[in-house]
Amino acid sequence: MPYLPAGLPLPQPTDADAPFWEAARRHELVVQRCTECGTFRHSPQPCCYNCQSFNYEWVKIKGNGVIFSYTNVVHPVHPALKDRVPFNVVLVELPEAGNVRIVGNLVDTPFEDLYVGMPVEVTFDDMDEGTTLPQWKRAS
Amino acid sequence: MSDWPMKDKVAIVGIGETEFTKWGQIKRSEFQLGLEAILKAIEDAGLSVKDIDGFASYSMDRNEPVAIATALGVPQIRFSNMFWGGGGGAGCGAVHNAAMAVYSGTANYVVVFRALCQGQFGRLGGPVAGGPRPQGEWAHSVPYGLMTAGQRFAMQTRRHMHLYGTTSRQLGAVAVACRKHAQRNPRAVMYGRPITIEDHQNSRMIADPFRLLDCCLESDGAAAIVLTSAERAKSLKHRPVYIMAASQGNGPRQGSGNMSKPNYDTANFEEVAKDLYERAGVTPKDIDVAQIYENFTGMVIMSIENHGFCKRGEGGPFVEGGRIEWPDGELPINTSGGNLSEAYIHGFELVTEAVRQMRGTSTCQVKDAEICLVASGPGVAPVSDMIVRR
Repeated sequence: MPYLPAGLPLPQPTDADAPFWEAARRHELVVQRCTECGTFRHSPQPCCYNCQSFNYEWVKIKGNGVIFSYTNVVHPVHPALKDRVPFNVVLVELPEAGNVRIVGNLVDTPFEDLYVGMPVEVTFDDMDEGTTLPQWKRAS
Repeated sequence: MSDWPMKDKVAIVGIGETEFTKWGQIKRSEFQLGLEAILKAIEDAGLSVKDIDGFASYSMDRNEPVAIATALGVPQIRFSNMFWGGGGGAGCGAVHNAAMAVYSGTANYVVVFRALCQGQFGRLGGPVAGGPRPQGEWAHSVPYGLMTAGQRFAMQTRRHMHLYGTTSRQLGAVAVACRKHAQRNPRAVMYGRPITIEDHQNSRMIADPFRLLDCCLESDGAAAIVLTSAERAKSLKHRPVYIMAASQGNGPRQGSGNMSKPNYDTANFEEVAKDLYERAGVTPKDIDVAQIYENFTGMVIMSIENHGFCKRGEGGPFVEGGRIEWPDGELPINTSGGNLSEAYIHGFELVTEAVRQMRGTSTCQVKDAEICLVASGPGVAPVSDMIVRR
């Protein structure tokens, strides 16, 4: 069961991030890296903020991260979440990829146990036939 | 010393507001409210619609200058300007843009306005950004339930709490101060409804650490001002309120929301505030009173730090002990009640309050106030600032 219910908006891939979502479908986490200067970036962009190159690659990472910050959403703002509050949202820093940060949910841990600095690892929620979301669980 | 050429060269000469209500209560159209506020500002200045030749607004205000000018019978538009960016980040930025039009001689009398009826066009905190199939940045947050500004700023505030020990009661001190000021302001939506810190602590959680009383109101209303040159201002009805300095923009990759903006526990004002003080030729110690946009309490604490009223990380203790409260605090903020307790007109009601403070007509008038800071839209990008003086 995915952490969040069906009916939430799901991503519409674009030129800049389609490979990210295709990798997630294969249960792989990839991060965009400039092939000119090696700078990682997220969310995906067509151009490197450091050297302005349009050349980049997608680097597959193991998916070990650290909680950078978090919230617990109690007030639902989307109809699909009406009966699914509270839920957490986490911002995960990825030391494997230049400390870029990525948004997700910590799927296996009660909010009370969440803390900044908590080690986490990637997991995947298959939302429908076309979409998989990278997610996070407590590091084993 | 400042070498900013526009310092004190443009003045605010008129202010106008409609009544402010909870969202959904005003039945007149948002467009009409905009017209009413603009006409009041023109009348307050002692001018006629025939004098007005420019308009500026922000946050994709729905009421276009050409429609306003048509309705009012403005004979000629010489300047019309929309400041990009969401939220209230460009309240001062729109004033800044209008001031540049006046200073350059592009237009003579420019109206800056914001009309906002959340009852007619939807609540800002409700609908989901990005639509049913979000793209770009939204695609990497909305599917995880991260859908609103309040939730993103909750995460920034949580990080601030982690780094510096900022507490929920310190967030509450901001809400209590604004509500206290609203008790003297009969125009305030929350007039007659005081709160205590315990009320804040007992209010329901929205997105941790933000409780209901950490969040701004959702309102209907409109506010407007008129600008002209300092020279023309001298012969008008009110004592002019001079724009000492204005600044706008943001720092590196602050448009990247909750992802990889390098400077995370900030309200995004650091660069803008530095420009502001340099242009005005003043320091934080010179500010007598401040109007600091409150979307959420935690962002006010970061704004206070960003503007140099205390060091980074010390904003929590700074807002305690009545320090931001009128009449005795060292930095009274949001003296009309602000977005948290007067009304949420995207912070433009803070601009009109700044003018009242400089005229000596606020309901929480700071004694002998000569210089007022206005900070628009913490946490969004771009943000904007101005300093006005009497």
